Amino acid sequence: MIKPTVREKKNFGFADVPEDTSFEAGYLVSVNSGWRSIRPVVNTDKCIGCMQCYLYCPDGVISIQENKAVIDYDFCKGCGICSKICKPGAIGMERER
Amino acid sequence: MSISAKTLDKNEYFYGHKACAGCGGSLAVRNVLKVLGKNAVAVLPAGCMSAVGFNFPQLCFANNAIISTFAGTASMLTGIEAGFRRRGIKDFTAVGFAGDGGTADIGIQALSGAIDRNDNIIYICYDNEAYMNTGIQKSGLTPFGAKTTTTPAGSNIHGNIRPKKNMFEIVAAHDIPYAATATVGYMNDFLNKVEKASKIQGTKYIHVIAPCPTGWGIPVSDTIDAAREIVDCGLWYLAEYENHEFKLSRDPKTFTSVEDYLRKQARFKHLTDEDIKIITDSRDKKWEFIRKNWN
Ligand SMILES: Cc1ncc(C[n+]2csc(CCOP(=O)(O)OP(=O)(O)O)c2C)c(N)n1
Ligand code: SF4
Ligand code: SF4
Ligand code: SF4
Ligand SMILES: [Mg+2]
Repeated sequence: MIKPTVREKKNFGFADVPEDTSFEAGYLVSVNSGWRSIRPVVNTDKCIGCMQCYLYCPDGVISIQENKAVIDYDFCKGCGICSKICKPGAIGMERER
Repeated sequence: MSISAKTLDKNEYFYGHKACAGCGGSLAVRNVLKVLGKNAVAVLPAGCMSAVGFNFPQLCFANNAIISTFAGTASMLTGIEAGFRRRGIKDFTAVGFAGDGGTADIGIQALSGAIDRNDNIIYICYDNEAYMNTGIQKSGLTPFGAKTTTTPAGSNIHGNIRPKKNMFEIVAAHDIPYAATATVGYMNDFLNKVEKASKIQGTKYIHVIAPCPTGWGIPVSDTIDAAREIVDCGLWYLAEYENHEFKLSRDPKTFTSVEDYLRKQARFKHLTDEDIKIITDSRDKKWEFIRKNWN
């Protein structure tokens, strides 16, 4: 699967900063999980695998595995769009501790 | 086969970006790239999408992507398309993602030039109705009445005093091969227009409403609701321009309340009943024009 992934965070010095306009694509060094105050939780009994949450997640962190929504919590920002879009009400928002 | 959640490319080309939670623009970029696939070459001018996508060494595009000057989205697309063509590379799509300011104001000349040359590119304007990346200043696509930092709401002046520029019809007036309007709220309609555009030779322009919770003053969970309501209440329309003709993608029999749409957003909070009447009347006038003159 093609997707930007987290790599080693080198200590980039001036010499490593690209002089021209190119650098490796999809090179991530930090996650976004710390942005969340609430987190979406999928109730797999209610999830019918309709993919609407996947279609509307601005961060693309939902995938459908074995017909159920699975969330990548490293990059979910807790916006709650998935929870609102889910017609069967399979996604609840819970407070982060 | 039409595009839907099920047929969409599973790869994620725009991931780990630093857009605010619930950002409509980032949803547009993410899904357009899923339609165009890994050989899309994306151009992003100054604006939120380049600011959140490229923070060296956090580079959130899995496909080729480059930042252009603020004014130069379309001219960089022209250069990319010509460069690949010259090198004999055929399997690629040059696609630009520019904001409303980057499109209707500063980038309009380059865009007009590209359409005039009929360069084989796709230009997506993600419209969040203000210069968001620099802190919510009015653009040519900010609607009447909206409060921004350059159109404040006071007792005399109630936010923006000018109507939203009619960018879709300005583009169509070039007799472009394909132009369309869309919203991130109706994703299937939007993505099928992108797919259609990708098969057409020449310049393609798609104008997509992409709510910005930060600038509009709505909860971050309400982006999609707002992006649907703007169409449902008739303040935005879904349409295409093709073969020299305008065509509505949907022609609602009734509209939902303009007031309900506006009142949910902090940027319109100050509007008086009179202001709302001006907005509702201009909506009705627009639809009268559309229904009289288009298909
Ligand atoms: C020539 C130039 N002028 C001004 C700026 C500052 N600037 C950077 S992003 C931006 C706002 C972009 O607004 P828009 O195109 O609507 O995109 P958004 O940020 O809303 O996504 C501005 C004014 C710049 N980078 N270059
Ligand atoms: S929208 Fe709800 S039912 Fe549909 S896949 Fe997502 S969690 Fe499951
Ligand atoms: S809360 Fe927002 S970012 Fe997280 S999975 Fe749902 S839609 Fe995606
Ligand atoms: S300010 Fe608005 S457009 Fe910019 S990243 Fe945040 S939500 Fe998106
Ligand atoms: Mg903008």
